[in-house]
Amino acid sequence: MTGVAVQLHGLRRTFGTVHALDNLDLAIEPGEFIALLGPSGCGKTTALRVLAGLEDADSGRVLVGGKDVTALPANRRDMGMVFQAYSLFPHLTALANVSFGLSLRGRGKSLARAQEMLELVGIAAFADRYPHQLSGGQQQRVALARALAIEPSVLLLDEPLSALDAKVRVQLRDEIRRIQTEVGTTTLFVTHDQEEALAVADRVGVMRAGKLEQLAAPADIYLTPATPFVAEFVGLSNRLPGTVVGNEVEVLGTRLPLLSPSSTASVTALVRPESVQVTPETDGEGRVLTTSFLGPISKVTITVGDVLVVAQVATDRLPSLTPGTPVRVSLQPVPVALA
Amino acid sequence: MAGVIARRARKQRVFRWTVLTVLGVFFVLPLIAMVEFSTRDSTTWPALVDWPELSERYPALAEGITSSLSQAALTALLMLFLLVPTAVWVRLRLPRLRRVIEFLCLLPLTIPAIVLVVGLAPVYAWVTYFFGGSSLTLVFAYTILVLPYAYRAIDAGLSAIDVRTLAEAARSLGAGWGTVMWRVVLPNIRSAVLSAAFLTVALVLGEFTIASLLNRTNLQVAINFLGKSSATMSVAVSLTALLLAFVLLLLLSLLGGRRRSATAVAPAAPAAPAASVASKEPAA
Repeated sequence: MTGVAVQLHGLRRTFGTVHALDNLDLAIEPGEFIALLGPSGCGKTTALRVLAGLEDADSGRVLVGGKDVTALPANRRDMGMVFQAYSLFPHLTALANVSFGLSLRGRGKSLARAQEMLELVGIAAFADRYPHQLSGGQQQRVALARALAIEPSVLLLDEPLSALDAKVRVQLRDEIRRIQTEVGTTTLFVTHDQEEALAVADRVGVMRAGKLEQLAAPADIYLTPATPFVAEFVGLSNRLPGTVVGNEVEVLGTRLPLLSPSSTASVTALVRPESVQVTPETDGEGRVLTTSFLGPISKVTITVGDVLVVAQVATDRLPSLTPGTPVRVSLQPVPVALA
Repeated sequence: MAGVIARRARKQRVFRWTVLTVLGVFFVLPLIAMVEFSTRDSTTWPALVDWPELSERYPALAEGITSSLSQAALTALLMLFLLVPTAVWVRLRLPRLRRVIEFLCLLPLTIPAIVLVVGLAPVYAWVTYFFGGSSLTLVFAYTILVLPYAYRAIDAGLSAIDVRTLAEAARSLGAGWGTVMWRVVLPNIRSAVLSAAFLTVALVLGEFTIASLLNRTNLQVAINFLGKSSATMSVAVSLTALLLAFVLLLLLSLLGGRRRSATAVAPAAPAAPAASVASKEPAA
């Protein structure tokens, strides 16, 4: 099965004085997996709910497969949705939950199809259990099976992993990606977790105040952020003072290329911790302040004058970087954004 | 040390049993007296269980019983028909109105029945004009009267589930609003709906003031009337009505208990309204 294209045109939605959607445009290719990422209140969930028909836009249009569905109620939009909160029907077994949508469509063999879907999400063994007998991760798997069972034209995922613990979250995240690739349904995934968004999506849309700041492949979002907001929101960044010299900015004695030109001379550059190199040196200008162990990679905080710099180092280098150690700090010449 | 604890436990046990016994006597003694009194005339109880004879010997009582039973059933239906969709809709679409609706529904509890009747009398002049003077028209007044208990029960049921998410999930799967109510919301608040219905029936079966003051008949009015001509029969009927209410309330608490043990996140069962209904039950 191949997916359908989805277009959101000029969507506006206001709650009181808050613009949840501010002229939002978004085009999703058939079969594409798009993640909407942003801080809470940026309008990403509203965008998804407008697409689902659960919320009305004040203006704008929603097109699915070229058809205008703006005026269609949610139950006639043919979309599968997985919610943040556990949304399984408590009085039905896992199997009955999955076959609910199928039975509404009056399809024969709905139980066989439901069983098939439970197999796809890997919990066929729990078909007869009620939701309260399932763990959070299992419940979300059933919810995913239920959403996919009706063969929706679009799959909508509204922070489906946020209530799960870290390990299950990563597992289910990868599983969602696998299943989506397998069935090929156009998917919109809303999350505030950047790691999640970057890990699973074909393209990531970063939203802010009801607008799309950037829509690009995960690597592009991370490496060449279009706006300072994206640069700051996605990944960790050091905010370091710098001086603009032509198309470059001089930070801590190193010249770094600029992602976009600047007219002011004195600026704040956003430098990723992995671009900071630290070398112990007796006459180094920096001092190690703290170190934190994070597994194979660790974090080192250094003071250079009155500037704090966070660097990422391989953990096996930690013994040579105890707090108080004088170090030299250098930056890799990768393009940087300005705050 | 152990001796002190044992002595204290014994004291507490004695105290518990004393309180229980005193209360038991207080409640059971009038019932025993009723049984004793109503069996003095040996024809009373056989007549009560023999419907043709009852309706022949005490036509007013028979009419009162049928009136009360139909009133109870109709009130329960009307209450559910009005309250369940309203409560669901308020939760889904108008959450800000919840407090207002709750306040409105609790009002009948704070207004004495006699005051209610003063207000209802002119309204019932119109009701009589449109629907006639049948005792079934009391259903409208009773629906208002049971709102506090029924609303609490249904609201507690709805609090226990995430109505909004369930409704949205069902909608996205293709369900219309009718299907959402019938196949998703109702099955999940079934015990709350049953509680509301039982409370309604118990309340309507025990209602006297409004029916009497609006000159309509029901069980309690008939009992009161009968008391003047056949005291034993009126006591026998009172006893039966009381036992029926007991059975209903017992079923209700069993239902609440089962729901509490059935789900991990148990809602607050409407035990409080049940208790207040029991205390409001008129001594017929």
